[in-house]
Amino acid sequence: MFEEYLWAFVIGGALCLIAQIIMDLTKLVSGEILVIYVVAGVVLSALGIYEYLVDLGGCGATVPLTGFGYTLVKGTMTAVDERGLIGVFTGGLTAAAGGIGSAVVFGYIFSLIGRAKTKY
Amino acid sequence: MAKNERIKSEEVFREDYERISKKNKAKPEYFKNAVMAFLVGGTICTLGQLIKNIIIGWGTPEQDAALITTIVLVFLGSSLTAFGIYDMIGRHAGAGSIVPITGFANSIVSCAVDFKTEGPVFGLGAKMFTIAGPVIVYATVSSWIFGLIYYLWGVIF
Repeated sequence: MFEEYLWAFVIGGALCLIAQIIMDLTKLVSGEILVIYVVAGVVLSALGIYEYLVDLGGCGATVPLTGFGYTLVKGTMTAVDERGLIGVFTGGLTAAAGGIGSAVVFGYIFSLIGRAKTKY
Repeated sequence: MAKNERIKSEEVFREDYERISKKNKAKPEYFKNAVMAFLVGGTICTLGQLIKNIIIGWGTPEQDAALITTIVLVFLGSSLTAFGIYDMIGRHAGAGSIVPITGFANSIVSCAVDFKTEGPVFGLGAKMFTIAGPVIVYATVSSWIFGLIYYLWGVIF
């Protein structure tokens, strides 16, 4: 039980640490990092590598944005197996629907509540 | 004559300014930033694991539990952003608060809130997706490419 949390901490922390080093060494901003991470997640999952990270780290691998890419790839595989070519189009977004749906709904509601402020 | 002197002194001043500002320019504190990103990112993921285990403990199947965990984290990310708490964490955490799914929710609310005054459609509605939009686009397209290869692979072999 404790080990499970430890690995989630280590894997999740390591993924964030890599992103931080990339941000400090390059001029990439947060949005670009998120895009890179999601695509990296898709590529690593497609190659079958990310699966190991999920087995080991649990939420440490699924909570970072790379895990979002992993969700899409797994959904695509299931959908293609079941429905063929249609699954190529439906699989990814079907699997991501919970995440995107909640992000849009909660994002909208809390944007209405939140107040603009200067960031600096 | 007097004018020339003043121009010259301005040039000297500018050179001094550039020299001093170059010398004192803050370098990113690589080590501190990396440690903070690791600790905060790790904590958020551990929190996710805790939520997931609690939900599984209630008798929910694992796949549903993972989805509910995502939804709870998105809720936490967007609500904490609206109340200004997430930005306080983010100031010190850097990538540790950006990369987890809570950061994805944070990007939606923080972009939307800043442009709310531009109206409900092109302000809030559009700016929500300043960062989330590209993420969804590249995620969808890359997984579509993977799906096509996976499908063709299955047809041919």
